[in-house]
Amino acid sequence: MKKVEAIIRPEKLEQVKKALAEKGLFAMTVTEVRGRGAQKGICLQFRGKKIEVDLIPKVKIEMVVPDAAVDTIIEIVRAEARTGKNGDGKIFVWTIEMVAGVRTDEIMTE
Amino acid sequence: MVLDSGDTAFILICTALVMLMTPGVGLFYGGLVRRKNLISMFALSFVAFAVVSIQWVLFGYSLAFGPDIGGVIGGLDHAMLAGVGFDGDGIPDLLFMAFQMVFAAVTLAIITSAVAERIKLSSFIVFGFLWTTLVYDPLAHWIWGGGWASALGILDFAGGIVVHISAGWGALALALVIGKRAGFGQYGMEPHNIPMTLLGGALLWFGWFGFNAGSALAADGIAANALVVTNTAAAAGALAWMGASWINGKPSSIGMISGAIAGLGAITPAAGFVDPASAVIIGVVSGLICYYALLWRLSRNLDESLDAWAIHGVGGLWGTLALGIFAVAGIGGVAGVITGSPAQFGLQLIGAAAALGYAFAVTWICAKAVDLTLGLRVSEDEEYVGLDISQHGESINA
Repeated sequence: MKKVEAIIRPEKLEQVKKALAEKGLFAMTVTEVRGRGAQKGICLQFRGKKIEVDLIPKVKIEMVVPDAAVDTIIEIVRAEARTGKNGDGKIFVWTIEMVAGVRTDEIMTE
Repeated sequence: MVLDSGDTAFILICTALVMLMTPGVGLFYGGLVRRKNLISMFALSFVAFAVVSIQWVLFGYSLAFGPDIGGVIGGLDHAMLAGVGFDGDGIPDLLFMAFQMVFAAVTLAIITSAVAERIKLSSFIVFGFLWTTLVYDPLAHWIWGGGWASALGILDFAGGIVVHISAGWGALALALVIGKRAGFGQYGMEPHNIPMTLLGGALLWFGWFGFNAGSALAADGIAANALVVTNTAAAAGALAWMGASWINGKPSSIGMISGAIAGLGAITPAAGFVDPASAVIIGVVSGLICYYALLWRLSRNLDESLDAWAIHGVGGLWGTLALGIFAVAGIGGVAGVITGSPAQFGLQLIGAAAALGYAFAVTWICAKAVDLTLGLRVSEDEEYVGLDISQHGESINA
């Protein structure tokens, strides 16, 4: 089992969600976040004056899925959330040890 | 003529009521934009108010209400408010000037709909000064300042033509010049704060009592009639728009308050000439046609972002014509089509068409001139991070 965490542009969320749903990938947690990447945000240049906007609003999508679904998710997020400009986001993947249900006693370890 | 203390007191209060409509527009629009542009949207209304307040004192009032020159514009005799003093016809000239000033200011605030989330603040100040001088002041002169339209007998009680047609159709031209917001039509741009829009709508509805009743320029029966028909049309518009949107889905609160504004815009020109029963019809029709105008605007992928055109432009046009249909001689001294006099309807049609064409064309020219010299739009990056940060260096996230 893997956890996929995708940080993307907020305006792309609906599109990504819809494309994931078409592949049967529904379960997710979405958070509004602010952050920056290697470009240190956006620097707006005015006559002689600079305004740095170092933390840009993004959304974070978290999904816990079987290993086989990871590539599909990455493919979909890239296809739907890419503009080609700085700030399109990142996807992080890591291994999950265990998932325990709350409503039931279900335990999943792989 | 001697001053009347009752009338003077009433118009003083109405002036303050109408002033509150300008921040009301700011709240109404502020709730409809995305969070990153709330401060910008709200601030634009205050900027409009301040720019027009100064322009009006410098020469705006004189252009609108100075001695007539050829039926099209007023002379500069009252520039810097020369000769505008304590005396007047029922109320002091100074008060009449101030009452007219708050109308001019709210009109410029309404037009900010067209440039929401993408206007460069400095360019808006220049555009606003030009627009109020070249579009609002001449129109106010034509209809209210002794120009050709009033000489013909074209009527506009409180600003269906001068305020709503000019702002609404001007907004359409302005939106065409500035272009769509980045991403418009590709992803959703849902309103971020609906209660704020409702609060703005509340202030508009409240202020509109001063706007329409005050336009009687006296505390009398016409003012009372204007207040009653204003409220009636607002209520009818609110229910009609809500009903129409209910058929297509959920009855949204934004639709309801938009319908109220549509009803208010439509009753404005007619408030001193029609009875409350006609106000119900005017309000219902306005709620429906403005709703369908908005749907049409969306279907054409036009980014007149906050619907000044669909609500004020279309509602004001309908109300201006409705005056010619529903006017009752016993109220404002003019009869409409229903009471047997089709002539007024023809006059209203001429006035509305002329104002609409003039407002659209001259707004387009003003916008193009500012765009070619200073640039109307912010850069792509500035638009992306939002105008709050890029134009004001402020953020509601801080």
